[in-house]
Amino acid sequence: MSASIVVGLDGSEASGRAADSAADAARRHELRLVLACVVPWSPYAFTNADENERRSIEKERESRAAQELVLDPVVARLSTIGDLQVEGVVRHGHPAETLVALAREHDAAWITVGRIGQSRVRTLLFGSTPSSLIQLSPVPVLVVP
Amino acid sequence: MTTPSAQVLAASFDEQVNDVFAPISDFITGIVFYSVPLTFIDEGVELPLIVVWLVVAGFFFTIYLRGFQFRAFGHALRLVRGDYNDPEDAGEVTHFQALATAVSGTVGLGNIAGVAVAISLGGPGATLWMIIAGLVGMCTKGVECTLGVKYRNVYPDGRVSGGPMYYLSKGLAEKGMGTLGKVLAIAFCIFTLGGAVGGGNMFQSNQAFSQARSVTGGDDGLLGFGAAGAVFGLVLAVLVGAVIIGGIKSIARVTDKIVPFMAVFYVLACLSVLVANITAVPGALADIVTQAFSPEAGFGGIVGVLIQGFRRAAFSNEAGLGSAAIAHSAVKTNEPATEGHVAVLEPFIDTVVICTMTALAIVITGTYADDSSAPGVQTTSAAFETVASWFPVVLAIAVILFAYSTMLAWSYYGLKAATYLFGESMVVDRTWKLVFCLFVVIGASSTLDAVIGFSDSMIFAMSLANIIGLYLMAGVVKREIFGYRRRLADGDIRPASERV
Repeated sequence: MSASIVVGLDGSEASGRAADSAADAARRHELRLVLACVVPWSPYAFTNADENERRSIEKERESRAAQELVLDPVVARLSTIGDLQVEGVVRHGHPAETLVALAREHDAAWITVGRIGQSRVRTLLFGSTPSSLIQLSPVPVLVVP
Repeated sequence: MTTPSAQVLAASFDEQVNDVFAPISDFITGIVFYSVPLTFIDEGVELPLIVVWLVVAGFFFTIYLRGFQFRAFGHALRLVRGDYNDPEDAGEVTHFQALATAVSGTVGLGNIAGVAVAISLGGPGATLWMIIAGLVGMCTKGVECTLGVKYRNVYPDGRVSGGPMYYLSKGLAEKGMGTLGKVLAIAFCIFTLGGAVGGGNMFQSNQAFSQARSVTGGDDGLLGFGAAGAVFGLVLAVLVGAVIIGGIKSIARVTDKIVPFMAVFYVLACLSVLVANITAVPGALADIVTQAFSPEAGFGGIVGVLIQGFRRAAFSNEAGLGSAAIAHSAVKTNEPATEGHVAVLEPFIDTVVICTMTALAIVITGTYADDSSAPGVQTTSAAFETVASWFPVVLAIAVILFAYSTMLAWSYYGLKAATYLFGESMVVDRTWKLVFCLFVVIGASSTLDAVIGFSDSMIFAMSLANIIGLYLMAGVVKREIFGYRRRLADGDIRPASERV
């Protein structure tokens, strides 16, 4: 029996709708809701010495921004109803891989993400989190438009 | 394009620089490159003690740490790959990033022009000694970077920085030699300031201009006019200033991403020179080995060849100078020895791979024997030209990018030295960066040996203070590295995927 639903939040409207839809489902199935904001980060990105010196401060700042601007408003909105267990998580990493890791950690029934509706060219160049998730995820992925 | 007044101005500017620099440079060069005449071997053979100093340190630590750099290699690769990264530390500086930052500071004109100088003066045999110097330099680098992380500073605001000035002052204070540590740290910082404007800046901009001028048609080309060097230097200085003073990170970010690919591309370009001359490869390899031991100049020549190889290897990979310890220190790790492992890869990439590639290209095409122009980047360019006429243009792009990234790295090293000496303030920060940009222009616009001699001696002088510290703290390093390796062998330290 799964314990939670993991939702990927990025501050977009679609990810807000994803959270709402996941909240409904979580109530119905009595699951915990894990709201995750992943700050895109790669251990292999090239940096310079000055950036490295300040990296810890930057990480802190990015985490705080993700928490305050992306997670907190949604957590606040969904917890007011009262009957739902909501948890917010901020992580650094590859968005899809990190959501998959969170799904494993929290024994998720599925992962819900929003769709930002980017152009084909952008997707071709940069990929998209929903499509990578589909390839990586051990649990079903629900994409909310 | 040429105006007589500009030419006169440029010429008198050069002369003024020369008048100021020559006596200082001669004095410093005389001390740093103090050479013992080895008349018992042959007339005219001289041994610069500074080269002995660096190489002896490399061999000492290789023996003292029982060939640590060779045993560390496999584990270093796994660390860089991120096998041991703690998932909790996602978002912090990884081993890969610390290494890549250090490598982009190290891979510069030393790999292209410096190697050409070594082979032009010492013959093909210098290559073998260069590789040997690179292999022992791996150990020195590992030692420096272990100490760099162990004694780094974590500031209250969360910044992390380290380097020889901190391990010299803090590490030696632990051993009750606080005063000596302070003196060495201050000396190191003064030499670093000189090394940063010299080898880390003027040498780079000078050689970048030289190659840019040559591919645009030499004296009659686009950059052939009298003050072209000053103009080229000014443009380069503006690009450097835009990043370090203007904080325009996008330029730095683009360079950070291009340089690693450029390094790979450069190696591929060298390989294509080898492939184009494939029949000459066995002969060249034989030359490299046999002439390392029996050059045409007889026994006395061996020492000369050896010195050239060792000297240029040290100039290129900076092992023993302490500069890289500054770049490596920001890594996120609780184990100083991990960065010591990773750091051994740096001289390997720089010297054993990239310098050797340059050397092979030069030896195979025989361009080192042409003494019509001063040895340097032109020698390598001529080797590239044997494959295709447009190849030197590719080299020019690589040279300018390498020079640029090396300058950015050294501006940072210099800044760290300046703030150690004069404290952290906006005035120190801005003054140093402006001075640094000024030297970009001076470097590109001058053709003065005095300036280059100064660069060389200040860079090497950094090793005086640094290596004394390394010897005094050898025991500390041994405990760190051997302790870590024992825990690794016992299974106390596991890859992230095997932890419970």
